[in-house]
Order: sequence, then structure tokens, then C-alpha cells
Amino acid sequence: MAYIFQQALNALQLGSIYALIALGYTMVYGILTMINFAHGDLFMIGAFFCFLLAVHLKLSFVPTLLLSMLGVAGLGVIIERLAYKPLRNAPRVSAIITALGVGLFLENFTLALSPYPKHIPPLLENTTWILGTLSISSLQIIIILLSLVLMLILDFIVQHTKAGMAMRAISWDKTIVALMGVPVNKIISLTFAIGTGLGGAAGMLYGLAYPVIDPYMGIIIGWKAFICAVVGGIGNIRGAMIGGFILGAVEILVAAFFPSTFRDFVAFTLLLILLIVRPYGILGKPHPQKV
Amino acid sequence: MVFLKTAWHALKKRWHTLTDTRYFWPIFLMAGLAFCVAVDTFGFVDLYLQLILIYLGINIILTVSLNLINGYMGEFSVGHAGFMAVGAYVASLLTVHGLPAGVSVNFFFPLAILVGGVAAALVGFLVAIPSFKTRGDYLAIVTLAFCMIVKSVLENIDAVGGPRGLLGMEKLTTLPWVFFWTVLSLWVIRNLVYSNFGRGILSIREDEIASDLMSVNSRQVKIIAFVVSSFFAGIAGGLFAHALQFINPRMFDILKSTDVLIMVYLGGIASISGSIIGASIYTILLEILRPLGVWRMVLMPLMLVLLMIFRPHGIMGMREARLFTPLRDLATEKLWRQKKEGAPDATP
Amino acid sequence: MPLLEISRLTHRFAGLCALSDFNFSMEPHELVGILGPNGAGKTTVFNLITGVYRASEGHIQFEGREMVGLTPHQITRMGIARTFQNIRLFKELSVLDNVRIACYGRVAYTPLEALLHVGRFRAEENRITNQALDLLAIFKLDESAREKAKNLPYGMQRRLEIARALATGPKLLLLDEPAAGMNPNEILQLMEFIRWIRQTFSVTILLIEHQMRLVMGICERLVVLDFGATIAAGLPADIQANPKVLEAYLGEEVNP
Repeated sequence: MAYIFQQALNALQLGSIYALIALGYTMVYGILTMINFAHGDLFMIGAFFCFLLAVHLKLSFVPTLLLSMLGVAGLGVIIERLAYKPLRNAPRVSAIITALGVGLFLENFTLALSPYPKHIPPLLENTTWILGTLSISSLQIIIILLSLVLMLILDFIVQHTKAGMAMRAISWDKTIVALMGVPVNKIISLTFAIGTGLGGAAGMLYGLAYPVIDPYMGIIIGWKAFICAVVGGIGNIRGAMIGGFILGAVEILVAAFFPSTFRDFVAFTLLLILLIVRPYGILGKPHPQKV
Repeated sequence: MVFLKTAWHALKKRWHTLTDTRYFWPIFLMAGLAFCVAVDTFGFVDLYLQLILIYLGINIILTVSLNLINGYMGEFSVGHAGFMAVGAYVASLLTVHGLPAGVSVNFFFPLAILVGGVAAALVGFLVAIPSFKTRGDYLAIVTLAFCMIVKSVLENIDAVGGPRGLLGMEKLTTLPWVFFWTVLSLWVIRNLVYSNFGRGILSIREDEIASDLMSVNSRQVKIIAFVVSSFFAGIAGGLFAHALQFINPRMFDILKSTDVLIMVYLGGIASISGSIIGASIYTILLEILRPLGVWRMVLMPLMLVLLMIFRPHGIMGMREARLFTPLRDLATEKLWRQKKEGAPDATP
Repeated sequence: MPLLEISRLTHRFAGLCALSDFNFSMEPHELVGILGPNGAGKTTVFNLITGVYRASEGHIQFEGREMVGLTPHQITRMGIARTFQNIRLFKELSVLDNVRIACYGRVAYTPLEALLHVGRFRAEENRITNQALDLLAIFKLDESAREKAKNLPYGMQRRLEIARALATGPKLLLLDEPAAGMNPNEILQLMEFIRWIRQTFSVTILLIEHQMRLVMGICERLVVLDFGATIAAGLPADIQANPKVLEAYLGEEVNP
């Protein structure tokens, strides 16, 4: 029993991180119908910013978190302005390839500057509480709670603020919304900033939980988070959160009961089956084509 | 400026009159094959350069086969590495463990490659099925998951070497073989594209619903596209395995699929000449920039991004070099027009 | 035997009833029109007949065979073709290819022969190309055979769409608002054109249209829909005077 609870906690931790990353994908997709494949690498950059700030500037937890998020958000906006904006009216696939290119650029640029994996120092006092056979680490709780807080803040922004309303409007029709006086470019940049900022936060949290980071860590996690976003219904913010937690749960549970090499195989097969059963994701709706 | 333009046009015309003759292609191809055989037998070309050419050929096969799905059919498949893996492993297992007694491995090689291709094609058939109902980003996920599942499965089967992979393949991939398979793949795919089924593939990209309503059997077309595409990816995999003489699952992960994607979009979608150009630029440029070390992989994506911004469809996007368009099509039209005008020399 | 026989056709989308209890039949070579305000369910009828949607209830019989449940390409091969409200040509493909694609179902070579360009490939390609060019010539589009469909002017695009539909060799042709965007002069030409098509290709024509001049001018019979229900059916002169039809289009009469 305690074992299951332990694994549930692990699943929540991993799921929170996946959910934060998946949110970034889904927000950008929702507003631009574009899959930002550089997102996983921005997650990695978040972890590296955390490293720089914690090790070289010796900052503590909260400033590091805020500055990492801001840094990644800023980088996200720059990328959007330089690489994605010119392609807004180009075929979608070209934008996707550009995103792949940006991702490769980030990976290898980081690799060139930092050839060896880096180690993130513990920024939080990690106390472990033992309850019978259960061991809960405060770090885990903080990661889970922090992710939830960030997701709640996001939900609030999207559902209850003017900017959020603009975001939702733009995802329906960019041109008409512009004609109504909404500063479309600013809202798009804001969306990128928030989405990538969350990804950066996820990077830092991941770095704290699994302290060794390298420039290629974002690739697999990025693609996995993309799958989470699609499974939840791409473009749907609540769906991204659900998708993230589902994958986290599946991965931890599979690793708990099967040999660890089976983990990816079972996880992806299950996701594939889920998509075959519900082709548009759990909360997604097919776009009815008018004939 | 005007002089240059007229000179360019005159040159182009001379080139076309040359390539339009019936004997251009047979002579060109036989010369190419003879050259490759000579290089292989007499070794007057640097071994390193030979290897580059072999990789170039393999990349061309990968690019043109992925272009069929992503470019001509307009889908977004990121699972090409999975098909390549199937071909590589099947071909390698055959030459290393499956060699019938008394048969020379050199003789067996083309058969092993072919079987690898067929195995990949069967898998391609399976992947085609989800494509009937899903489109766009969801199909990307299906192909992505497929690629990761193949890699995972291979990592878990110890009989094929698990995560450490397979080794012991002989260096059977020679320049003549690569030449042969590259030319074959380009020719077959070009044939397909300029046929009824090729037009079906294009119509799916343009408007799948209208295509169905104009009598196109989209399921049949998608199956053909996926099977042909994965067949050649499997061939490329087999050739790759016998050039490197060692393969492991990590070589066929999403990064490899991404490589092929880049070559397709770099050279130009829906274009045979584009596929050749994209594969060539990517392979050769990466080699030329090798002295830059890790910085070449910083420069390369940057150039790709710039290219996408200025030429979103790729260098030869949606256009085809006249070299590859079948002349028969134009000839039929010319004949028809002559008949229509009642021209006296309307003899076929 | 009627060419087309529709009985009790009903279609629902997530709670909304787009078409209810639609009954209709057509004899060969008739020219019938479907009218109704926007959203009445007219295009839904087309979509149901051609298999884009599967009817919730009811039957569609074409030449005695049940059509509900067949896929669009099967239905097209049986002899029903259509055009679209918003032109759905294959924009990046040439005019010639647009028409040749419509011959997909009637090509006699296998994929293997296509891959190697052997066997019946050459002869069949010749036949199709010649047939397509002949058809384009009839529609005066053969000069632009190699032009991309998206580069044609609007009027020629509409002609191409009809040519493409006819290339499938249909017995029943469904035209969805063929006069959209045309001025009165063009509509007169279109009327002649549609009559000529019916005669030359020996097809039965069912059309959806808003333009009264066209409808009154060439339709032998009319059916009027509103909110998915049939509110009137009969000869054009009767329909014109039908109060329910006027109400559907213009609203209730206000007592002066």
C-alpha cells in the first residue's frame, strides 16, 4: 500500500514537470497553430540558467527560479520575433522545421559552450519525512505544489484576465481579432513568454530533482511533453495538464512493475492506443471541416 | 545583366536538347555505373571520399522516400528512422546469421537488402492504417510513437544485441551498389509520382475530401505511399548497416528522423531534384564544416532557419527539374494539339 | 425506376437536426433545383448523397442500390459527381491534372505497373491524357492545361470544377450554387451552359441555388427547404407564389 502511495508521489512529481512543459506547447499551438519543437530545448535552457545563477552568482532558490523563468521567457520572445513571426503566413510545416532548426541551434550552442554535463547544487533544504515504509522528501512536495501554483496562475490568467481573453480569441481567428483593436503581436509575444517561462520553470525543477543536466536532455523530454499535449487534446490547456499527469503516471507505474528498459515501449504503446481510441485527444474536439 | 540572362537561357536550351534525346539517360547511367565500378576495383579515389559518396547515396534514398509522404502527400511523418532501423536490422541479421551454407555473402547481399526493404514495407503498411483517420499533428504523433517504439523494442531484444546493438557485418556496401539502389529509388519514386497513383497522392495533399469525391480511393493511395516510402527507407537502412558495419538502436531515434526531415525541407518538398539537392547539401556541407567541430551543428541549423524564412518550401519546393519530368506526357499533349489543329504532320 | 430515390432522410449533428424527413426522387435527365435560405440544409443533402456524412436515418437509393454507408469514392464511382459552394479545386496542381485525377477510378493499370512504367501504363496514360484534353477543349480550358488551377480567373475556375466533376463520368451531377458571384449576364450564359451540359453529357442535374433567375429559368421542378424541413415542392410557378416560401425568405408579412 505504502509502495503505491510512494509511486503515486513520484508520478505526481514527474507528471507536474511534464504538465508544465506540455502547457508551453499547447499555449503556442492554441494561439498560432504551430508546434514549437524548440520548446524542449528551452526547458533545457531553463535548467542551464538555473545552473549559471546558482553556481556562478550564488543566488538562492526564489531569485533563481524567477530569473530563470524570466530569462527563458525573454529568450522565447526573441525567438518568436526573429524566427517564427516571419513565417506566420507560410505553410505550417515550414514553421515546424524552423522550430526544429532553432532547437538544434540551442542544443549545439549550449553543447559548444558547455561540453560536459553540469551538476546543479541543492538550492533547497531537502528534508525527508519517514512515515512507516514511506519516505517523502520535501523537495518532491515543493515541486508538486509549485507546479500546481503555476498552473493555477496560468488558468487564472487565461480565464479571468483581459489578456487571457485576447489569447483565447486569437486562437479562434487572428485576423478578425486584430480588426477589433487587440494588439495581436503583443498578445502572441505574451503567450510565448508565459508558455516558455513555464517550460523554464520546469527545467529548473527537473534540475533540482535530477541534478545532472546536459544539453541534450531537452530532446526526449520535449517530444514526450508534446505527446502529452496531444493526448490531452492539443490547444487545450486543461488537456495539457491531464496529459502530463497521465504520462508521468504511466512511466512511473511501468517502471515500478516492469524492467526499466520496457518503460518507454509500454508508455508509448499505451499512448498510441489512447490516440487510436480518441484520435483528437482526451479533451480535444475535431475541427469540423465545412464541405 | 541582360547578357547573362540570355546566356543562361541559351545554356539551358542546349542542356534540354541534350537531355531530351532518348539516349541521354541510358548513357549517363551506364557511365555512372562504370565509374563507380572502376573506383571500387582500382581505388583511385580516396577511401574517405568514397565513404562520403556512399553516405550521400544513402541520404538521397532516405530523403526522396520521405519526400513522398511529407512533400507529395503533405503529411507530417517523423518516423522514417523506424523504417530505416527495421531494414538495417533485418538485412544485418540475414548476412551475419542467416547466410545459407555454400552461398557467398557478396551474392547474398542484394537479397538481404531486398528482404530488409520488404520487412520495412510491411511495417509501413501497418503505419499507414492510422493515417486513414488521423491527419496533421495527430499523424505526427503516431509516427513519432512508432519510431520510439521500434527503438524501444530493439533495445529490449537481447537476441539482436539489445542496447549494445549488432556488429560483425561485412563491408558489403560498395559504391556500385549504392549507385544502383539510389538510381532505382529515384526512378521508381519518380515513376510513381507521374502516374495515376502519384496524382492521387498529390490530390490528398491538396484537398483530401474533394479527392475522395473525385473517385480517388484515399486508403489505397495512402497504403501505396507508405509502403513505397518505407521500403526504400529499409533499403537505405540495410546499406547503412553494411557501410558502418555496426548498428545500435540509438542510431535510429528521433534525431535521425529529424535529420531526414531537414534534408527534405532544405532541398524542397514534392521535388525529386529537391531531394537530391537537399541530401547533397546537408551531407557535403556537414563534411566541409567538420573542422569547425561542434560549431558546425550550430551553424547548420541557423542556415536552415534563414532558408525557411526566405524560402519556406525549400530550395526546389514544388518545382521539378525538367530532367526528371517524363517527356512522354508532354509529347502526348503536343500530339493532341497537332491533331486538334489538323496539322499535316500529325503522325506519331 | 427513378434514378435517385431518397426516403425519410434525416441527419443530426450533436443535438441539432440539420435535415428532417427529406423525401425526394428524380427521374433520369431531369433538372431539379433545391432552394432555401442559408442554413436550411441544402448542402447537407448533397453531403449525405455523396457520402461525406452518413445519414442518421433514412435511405438513399441510386439506380436501385442503397447508398447510405458507402464511402465517397465508392459513391462517385457509381455515377454521382458534384461541385462545391466554395471552389475546391486542387490549387497547386495543373488544370490537366485536376481533370486527370477525376479519372482515378477508371484507370486500368496496377500500382506495380505504375512504379515501373510498364505494361498497360503507357497506353492508359495516353488514353486518359487525351480524354482529359478533349474534355478541357469542350470547356475551352485546353489552352491553360499546364497552368496551376489557382492562377485561373474565377469564372474559369468554376468551369474547371464542373469539367472535373464530369470527368468522373457521372449519371447524376450535383451543382452547389453554380451561379455564386456572377452578374446577371454571366447567369444567362450559365443557364445555357447547364442546359447544354445536360444534353451533351446526358446527365441528370440537381442544383442548389439562390439566384431566382437561374432557378426559375431552367429548373423543371423545385424543392424548398427551411430549417431542415421540406416546406414546398413543385413547379417553379407554384413555388414562386407559395406563401410559406415567401415567409421563409422574407419573413412574415406585416399587416399594413
